[in-house]
Amino acid sequence: MAVLTEEQSILKDMAGHWADEQSPVSEFRRLREGATGLQRGFCAETHGQMAGMGWSGILVPEALGGSAFGYVGLGLVLEQAARTLTASPLMVSAGPCVSAVLLGGNEPQQRQWLPAIASGELIAALAIDEGPRHNPTEIRCEAVACDGGWRLTGYKAFVMEAGIADLLIVAARTKEGVGLFVVPMGSAGVTRHDRYLVDSRNCADIELQGVLLPESARLAQMPGDKLLQRVLDRARAVAAAEMLGMASQAFSITLDYLKTREQFDEIIARFQALQHRMAQLYSEIELMRSAVEAALVALDDYSGDADDAAMLVSMAKAVAGDTLNLVTREMVQLHGGIGMTDEHDAGFYLKRARVLENAWGNAAFHRDRFARLSGY
Amino acid sequence: MTAALDEKQLAAEEFRSQVRQWIEQNFPVSLKGKGNAFAAIEEGAALSPEAQQWQVAMGEKGWGVPTWPAEYGGASLNRQQALVIEEELARVGAYNPIGGMGVMMLGPTLLEFASEKQKRRHVPPICRGEIRWCQGFSEPGAGSDLAALKTRAEDCGDHFLVNGQKTWTSGGQWSDWCFALVRTDTSRKHEGISFLLIDMRSPGVEVRPIQLISGASPFCETFFTDVKVPKENLVGELNCGWAIGKRLLQHERTNLSGGSRRGAAMPSLSQIAKHYIGLDEGGRLNDVDLRQRIIRHEMLVKSFRLTADRVMADARQGGVATASSILKNVGARITQERAELTLESMGMKGLGWQGEGFSEQELAATRLWLWGKAVSIYGGSTEIQNNVIAKRILGMEGG
Repeated sequence: MAVLTEEQSILKDMAGHWADEQSPVSEFRRLREGATGLQRGFCAETHGQMAGMGWSGILVPEALGGSAFGYVGLGLVLEQAARTLTASPLMVSAGPCVSAVLLGGNEPQQRQWLPAIASGELIAALAIDEGPRHNPTEIRCEAVACDGGWRLTGYKAFVMEAGIADLLIVAARTKEGVGLFVVPMGSAGVTRHDRYLVDSRNCADIELQGVLLPESARLAQMPGDKLLQRVLDRARAVAAAEMLGMASQAFSITLDYLKTREQFDEIIARFQALQHRMAQLYSEIELMRSAVEAALVALDDYSGDADDAAMLVSMAKAVAGDTLNLVTREMVQLHGGIGMTDEHDAGFYLKRARVLENAWGNAAFHRDRFARLSGY
Repeated sequence: MTAALDEKQLAAEEFRSQVRQWIEQNFPVSLKGKGNAFAAIEEGAALSPEAQQWQVAMGEKGWGVPTWPAEYGGASLNRQQALVIEEELARVGAYNPIGGMGVMMLGPTLLEFASEKQKRRHVPPICRGEIRWCQGFSEPGAGSDLAALKTRAEDCGDHFLVNGQKTWTSGGQWSDWCFALVRTDTSRKHEGISFLLIDMRSPGVEVRPIQLISGASPFCETFFTDVKVPKENLVGELNCGWAIGKRLLQHERTNLSGGSRRGAAMPSLSQIAKHYIGLDEGGRLNDVDLRQRIIRHEMLVKSFRLTADRVMADARQGGVATASSILKNVGARITQERAELTLESMGMKGLGWQGEGFSEQELAATRLWLWGKAVSIYGGSTEIQNNVIAKRILGMEGG
């Protein structure tokens, strides 16, 4: 997919241009000093601009107010926006939350939620995990059928963008397996607790105490946790796209620095020890790009029954995690002392990287999953 | 679908069925499943009559190098059609019998730089697989610093007189011709090098195989003592051989890294490990540490193949071939890592040198592991490729 269609090229250029002009890293720095608590890391103006360009509806069918540009399209935008660390719920809301309603929603459900998410009017967050490590096989949150509806009780931990979300897609155990439920944030029994993470982005824990929901809140029950796994794979892939943008930008900031910094009366980019490290990093990022793009392409080619995409997604998330981890460590080290200062942007990349590495399964989790899917 | 598209698709299907029919009629069934692999480079053995027949048939069609111009022995087909041929060959377990350095490196270089007369003389035999070429680049004193080469070609009017020594000449002992970089001006380094084609049967050429740690001798030392080479064998201008050689090395790198395609038929590393180590009750490989490293390796292989495809697609769009250094390095890493992990999976069985107690595959694994140490050294070592990446792609000038 290195070869983009004309529409995709335009989308990519537009997003790149927008990020550089409207959402440089200095915007994130400003935001970090501003919004706090449940509003932390959220800028309504930025969100409005992104939605205004149609990005919240990239996965949504045209009939429901979206542009149906697919995962490759969303990946291109996220990659560009992530280069400058744009703080936005786009990745979560326009990504896996839309996927959940698309894959599991019937027509009325799709009509109820998708146009509003596509327009940016509603922001959705994905509430799956219940502890500090990704563990989708141990969902304890419970959904009990009652009076023609459902009652949800449980706890969701470290839900990205939940502080400002209007909707939650919640994974809860039912008699038939694990189901996904659309929970409006204002429902009685929903309590949020701000979680101030190192990346200064929006994050909260969610308490669900006997939250009553209509039958229409439940997305289609697929065998076991199939719907959950499919939605998670979409979350992982779009997170990997964001990680790709960060890695390539962290690399190019570092490269620029090496070309300007002088020591021993020389530009340090001339030192072979540094050249080889950068050559190595560059190669790793090229491999990462191939893995991430292949996963996004696979999700667009996804035919509905086959789960071929799962292996490619786990590979993408693992490779992205390892590579971004390495690139951000090298970014700080190769900048030397200045990279340790809060004044410099390197720390921002390092901090956000670790949060994304952990989200929906770290590299170790996905290596294990990749091997199990391969039969060893 | 428009009428034009319909027509296009019809033509494509027609082409595929023609290819299929031709292969069925011409491919000797006894060769099914046999590979050409590195045959032209690493084996001196004569071809069987069937293999000979297959080579002639494919050579006449020009399908060994389908995208090369038909006037020089190719088939002037586009990449889609070439892919169809590849697929149809694979479908019946047939291989492409046309290969070797002539195809991988020299042919594309000649098509780009040689005179019309040289192309007509040298390219068609490459397309037919008739001539084995070897590479005369490295010298004992010019390895990574290739431009330091000293083999001298002295202008003697109607011919050059060549004196010097080349080394790491792959398949030198079985080759008919050699393409060499020679020094035609001692006062300048890069600008004093020329690209010369030398008949290996010329008086004064002596070849000595070098025995490697693997026990095999795929490389030779080649000595040139007062070898007369006709002037017409100079490719490009005098003293302009460095640019041609560099271009040829790009082809070499791309091909050296392409091991993934050839490796497609080999069992995956996880299959080998499963066979030797087994799975625990949870279905996981019985060595948790090795399992982790195998997973990383398999992901690397997959990402590498995806990257190679991406580079090819880019190149078709006119992108620059700067990625060849990346592919060479990652390809080398994969080859060596695979060999090491295979050995580790096999335990002592993977360390057999010869004789009883080991399967053919186990003995091959040992030799392959040792042979593989060459891949990060030849064709520009990993360190040299990193220099290339840093300077040409990343613009970290200097040194």
